[in-house]
Amino acid sequence: MTSEDCVAVCGGTHGNEMSGIYLAKHWLRDPMELQRSSFAVTPFLGNPRAIEKCVRYVGQDLNRTFTTEFLSSTEVEDEPYEVVLAREINQTYGPKGSAQAFDFMFDLHNTTASMGTYLIVDSEESLLPMHIPCPIYLYKLPGEETYSINSVAKAGLGREQLGPQPQQVVRADLFSQMRDIIACALDFIELFNKGTVFPAFEIEAYKITGRMDYPCYPDGEISAMVHPKLQDKDFLPLNPRDPIFQTFSGEEILYEGNTTIYPAFINEAAYYKKKVAFVKMEKHTFSIPGLQRD
Amino acid sequence: MAASCHLKPLSCVAVCGGTHGNEMSGIYLAKHWLRDPMELQRSSFAVTPFLGNPRAIEKCVRYVGQDLNRTFTTEFLSSTEVEDEPYEVVLAREINQTYGPKGSAQAFDFMFDLHNTTASMGTYLIVDSEESLLPMHMCHYIQMHYTRSPCPIYLYKLPGEETYSINSVAKAGLALELGPQPQQVVRADLFSQMRDIIACALDFIELFNKGTVFPAFEIEAYKITGRMDYPCYPDGEISAMVHPKLQDKDFLPLNPRDPIFQTFSGEEILYEGNTTIYPAFINEAAYYKKKVAFVKMEKHTFSIPALSSSRVA
Repeated sequence: MTSEDCVAVCGGTHGNEMSGIYLAKHWLRDPMELQRSSFAVTPFLGNPRAIEKCVRYVGQDLNRTFTTEFLSSTEVEDEPYEVVLAREINQTYGPKGSAQAFDFMFDLHNTTASMGTYLIVDSEESLLPMHIPCPIYLYKLPGEETYSINSVAKAGLGREQLGPQPQQVVRADLFSQMRDIIACALDFIELFNKGTVFPAFEIEAYKITGRMDYPCYPDGEISAMVHPKLQDKDFLPLNPRDPIFQTFSGEEILYEGNTTIYPAFINEAAYYKKKVAFVKMEKHTFSIPGLQRD
Repeated sequence: MAASCHLKPLSCVAVCGGTHGNEMSGIYLAKHWLRDPMELQRSSFAVTPFLGNPRAIEKCVRYVGQDLNRTFTTEFLSSTEVEDEPYEVVLAREINQTYGPKGSAQAFDFMFDLHNTTASMGTYLIVDSEESLLPMHMCHYIQMHYTRSPCPIYLYKLPGEETYSINSVAKAGLALELGPQPQQVVRADLFSQMRDIIACALDFIELFNKGTVFPAFEIEAYKITGRMDYPCYPDGEISAMVHPKLQDKDFLPLNPRDPIFQTFSGEEILYEGNTTIYPAFINEAAYYKKKVAFVKMEKHTFSIPALSSSRVA
């Protein structure tokens, strides 16, 4: 692979996920921490209006807006703020899929779910991020177009998810962890650019297979909560007939699948609107080939 | 010891969920009780569940125009209707009509108000002051009969301050605050705890109404003395986070020179007060707007006189 010259770090793609927002603001005031000798790092705030209001988004989720449909649509009046913003970001750090696009983009997120620290990559075929030493969640469903902000940069995408942290809150411990992981990832890019050979390896990663919706009343209101035995058990095995929901009257609802799966984003605040209780994943082992720069 | 007190039995009790539209335990509990009111039934009084701020609940935000739970003051309640006033001012006047009027003989006898916090405060009970006898006895009863977790008492009203919360519309009130829970999320464990504590409190009212004599007692409670603001840059942005050593340490002693903040560059800021205090609402999401990092409290022991209901002949 060619060396990485232009790297961006985005905080505040969602305006209420505070670790990345305060980190990006900190780096904008004091960029020295991000400096490396072989490449430039540009911090930026993803969704300024959402950050100002401290909400996830103003019109629509910015992190679902980087598809061909939105990026190549012609400007019209009254389109959602995030569609206009996505086109601007695509101009600055892309265009997506072109030779001029930034080489790499980090995107910093938090979750209210108990997921610890995870690196989210689109698929195992993205070699560079797979080499970064961090537990990995592969988010792209087969056949699906990439839609996230870091898909604007060249193939080789990374995103961090730290939790649990409530929306609108910054915890100093998670802030420090996020900053240290970015530092580690930048060190990796520096080594890569300077010609280090990274040997092949085998790695375990979690791959999304679908989503589990909340049960609902006929009027569409959710009728049950994540079961206490499932709460905070992200990335632990969920077996057939394990309890997954508890109704407001106290009854249990069991998992009816046939195989063991690994849930994540259990009880993520932002997914209530979509009535999604958790994401279902399978655990795989991938063989990742060796990597070095051209 | 002070003489025992007699109060009239309670007949009208209200339970409010969703005073803040993104604090989900109370919202889902109130919705559950509105679908299925049997759980709240007691023989000696009526219980009315309701949703405090419907528009904020619909949008899943704390409030739409202004904080409903700061709007029950004389200034807002007796102001004349004008165009373009905040939604919550109109709403507060309607709630005051239905469950008050505040300070009158027609007001509801008791109102529970259900809240969550993003701070690690466990389960605690909020009363305006130690002079509110019935709520203090209710708290004592809850502490003795709900043993799953300690339920410390937080006295929120500063001396000389007017009451402003939704449950000040009723003759007496109690707020429950459970955390940590992120905004917009309902955790089943906290939901169950909140429901069980309300059941316990309703049992207390039933016993009180039926003539039980509750003896005098001594009780520890935390009383607010002030607030600690975040340090800020000249442009007004906060310049530090709650220190990791203070994070999640609600109700534990904070001593002079203990670390309280950590700047974004990693430097420590120490507590400069002269005495040990007890912090609460550490890193509460809703307080960032006000730049408040935590609330400062002192621990006191109060003597509460005996209580029983007066029987109308």
